[in-house]
Amino acid sequence: MERRRFLNKLFAVALPGGVLGIVLQRSRARAETSGYDASKHYYGMGIQVDKCIGCGRCVEACKDENNVPREPFFFRTWVERYVIKGNGEVVIQNIDKTISATAEVIGERDFLRSFFVPKLCNQCDNPPCVQVCPVGATFKTEDGIILVDEKRCIGCRYCIQACPYGARYLNPTTQTADKCTFCYHRVVKDLLPACVEVCPTQARIFGDVRSTASPLTRFKRMNKLHVLKPYLNTEPKVAYSELDGEVR
Amino acid sequence: MNGPFIDRLYDLLKQVTGYIYPNEIEVHWSILVVVYPYLTGLVAGAFILASLVKVFNVKEVQGVYRLSLLTALAFLLIAPLPLLLHLGHPERAYEIFLNPNFTSAMAMFGFVYAWYLMVVLVLEIWFTYRRDVILWAREEKPPMRWIHRVITLFSNDVSERSLEVDRKVVKGITIIGIPSAFLLHGYVGFIFGSIKANPWWSSVLMPIVFLFSAIVSGIALVILLYMVITPLRGGKIDMACLDKMSSYLFYAVIVDFSLECLDFIHRLYQSEESIKILSEMVMSKLFISLVIIQVLLGMVLPLALMVGIRLLRVNEELRKLLYFVSVILIQLGIFATRWNVVIGGQMFSKSFKGLTVYKMELTGIEGLLMTLGLLMLPFVVLAILLKIFPAWEWPKKHAAVEPAM
Amino acid sequence: MKIFFSRIPDSLVRLCIVFAVLIGIILVVRAVLPSSLTDHTLQVQSTVEREAAKPLRHAGSEVCADCHEEYQVKKVGYHRNLSCETCHGPAKEHAENPTVVKPSLPRMREFCVRCHSYNPSRPTGFPQINPAAHNPLKPCVTCHNPHDPKPPTVPQECQGCHAEIARTKALSPHVQLECTTCHNVPEGHKTSPRSVVASIPRERDFCGKCHGKNAEVQETPKIDLLTHGEKYLCWQCHYPHMPEVK
Repeated sequence: MERRRFLNKLFAVALPGGVLGIVLQRSRARAETSGYDASKHYYGMGIQVDKCIGCGRCVEACKDENNVPREPFFFRTWVERYVIKGNGEVVIQNIDKTISATAEVIGERDFLRSFFVPKLCNQCDNPPCVQVCPVGATFKTEDGIILVDEKRCIGCRYCIQACPYGARYLNPTTQTADKCTFCYHRVVKDLLPACVEVCPTQARIFGDVRSTASPLTRFKRMNKLHVLKPYLNTEPKVAYSELDGEVR
Repeated sequence: MNGPFIDRLYDLLKQVTGYIYPNEIEVHWSILVVVYPYLTGLVAGAFILASLVKVFNVKEVQGVYRLSLLTALAFLLIAPLPLLLHLGHPERAYEIFLNPNFTSAMAMFGFVYAWYLMVVLVLEIWFTYRRDVILWAREEKPPMRWIHRVITLFSNDVSERSLEVDRKVVKGITIIGIPSAFLLHGYVGFIFGSIKANPWWSSVLMPIVFLFSAIVSGIALVILLYMVITPLRGGKIDMACLDKMSSYLFYAVIVDFSLECLDFIHRLYQSEESIKILSEMVMSKLFISLVIIQVLLGMVLPLALMVGIRLLRVNEELRKLLYFVSVILIQLGIFATRWNVVIGGQMFSKSFKGLTVYKMELTGIEGLLMTLGLLMLPFVVLAILLKIFPAWEWPKKHAAVEPAM
Repeated sequence: MKIFFSRIPDSLVRLCIVFAVLIGIILVVRAVLPSSLTDHTLQVQSTVEREAAKPLRHAGSEVCADCHEEYQVKKVGYHRNLSCETCHGPAKEHAENPTVVKPSLPRMREFCVRCHSYNPSRPTGFPQINPAAHNPLKPCVTCHNPHDPKPPTVPQECQGCHAEIARTKALSPHVQLECTTCHNVPEGHKTSPRSVVASIPRERDFCGKCHGKNAEVQETPKIDLLTHGEKYLCWQCHYPHMPEVK
């Protein structure tokens, strides 16, 4: 009886005490980066499909800039080639020669339409990858870019399954999920992402979606815009002009 | 960079047909992620069978009550292992519990799992065995004596009041246990079913189909264990129990089969954009595992056998043989079901224009040998549990006492 | 209250104590862990900082202007929209250590050919050559200054920029027609293609010159201009570069 009363009293004190401790421990730290104010920006990209020549310099520059494994199985951005034949058949190939080594060569006689489509992470505003990450290692920053915390990612690959665009891969070195970050480390220094920087035909346009005067704003004014898989409601921030209906 | 891993990817590249997004060449969720829902399914099914005794007072199945509970526990303890092994960083696995993302089904499932393990299963077993373990501990030699003493938390209370409370608590736990078991495996189905990016997985039916196939596999497992262990310990198979369990299995298979037919018909009828590539995948990559193993061998044949048993009033010996064959086929079928869902969902590209392949390795963390090991492990754990918590007649070395429950 | 507690069996009490201890341990552990492990806002912040601090490999175009006059030359030529690093590769290290680290200096044909070799999927108007036919084995830079890549002579054939159309036409019944047969090409089009455009025929009678009932040419298919597709211009159905019949 005595023992029981003592134990009861002990827990009456210990439990609320523990809870109070937790509340006091949580500090809302305010860390700053030097000079860059994330709340003043919100990034998006535009892609003019009709300007892409499929040279692949963007893919190479991205791999250089971001230390992406060179093997043709890990891409932060890639370019697809579409050939719509006269008989309606659609042939899609990757411009990477290793991947499309056995791809069919189509003669001009069969062509109805043909073009290149660059692809990358769409930095969705309603990202399914962020929704499913069990530990919250992937998140959307204040300036609209989806990042992955490679120190906390447990490598469960759920986000890779959830991305409808195939934009994510598992980095074989770090064993964590990886993807295009719009070259965040360049963007905060007012530079362009590597792929936009080296594109010879300015098929890629990068900018602040909230700006009123920028190449991106003009792009959005003068073109009919499309996004990939709009019916999935991921709200992608990469907009394509002249996007053919056959593009997947 | 891992040389053999990259070489394997180059080999896979040669077998891709059509167009796949370049990052899709690597199959991300391998055989380990197939084993996981298979094991948790067995848990849910075994538990549901046990609940039939307590909640619906099905007397015939009383004999396998304790076995079902212990089976559920053995599989529940081992099920997280394949997941842990599959992670890129298993040493960070604690993050799921420390910093869960509340919008993530996978994270929330960790808590459902913990709830089910700690509050439902462990407690039900504890209360079921409490009195017996106290009594056994009085007469045993160490080390078993100490194991049992620790389990009972050093209590010695076998009063009427305590037994009454035990019975009430078990009944209560079973009642919340049934929806908890539904939640446990339905949730695994939801983890797949909520992925809108993947049309093979994304379906409202997915949690329901997972749940019923879990029930089927769990009941089949308990029947299998009963039929194997009983002769091994020199006992006689109780045909009334076996027939009753098989009839529950029969109903469950009918429901499961109907649900899968519904899914199939629904997909074909709606004929959404993905139907072309999915049909191509089913008829080429998944033909053997789906059409032959999952449907024909795993569902149609056992159903036919069970219908035959009922219609033809088969004799006891033949019945036992047919039951045995059926439950083995069902286990194969349900494993194939999990394979078809997990691996199947990754065999086609999200561009809907291409197919890839999955090559399982023999050795390595995600290889066949590891998988077989993981599938054997719960039986080892069950053997240990049966030693600590004997599930059948009162152990002969102890003084005879009326069974508690 | 006391009576209620005394009616609870001893084992149940022990169980509750065990659970309470477990929950207590969890709470205490949670409380004593450093905030870097538990505060999600902090984790997000540190990830953002870590990401922002990653090393740059590309310098960006403007930096090159400080030292290299080629930048000014490039500004007005056909390559004005190219970044220096498009051809010279990532040059951040060079920008920081100009004398020690040099960027790549691509002089091999394979390099230019990557953008300029003929590919039917490339947009029309983009200058493309057949590398096997166009001065094979000679480095491109022999005739074309990469920073002002004006061709040494004005292209005589439309094929230089409209290779896909030319090749398609070469397979068609119109193979013997010159481009200028149907298109009026002002001289300015070859140097300023987007501002000075070539014309296309706007009358049915134009095609009628060869395909009408009274045409002088013998070998062409003939139709009655008055009735055949009378509401339409001919090329609204028949692609002139591969004029197939339905």
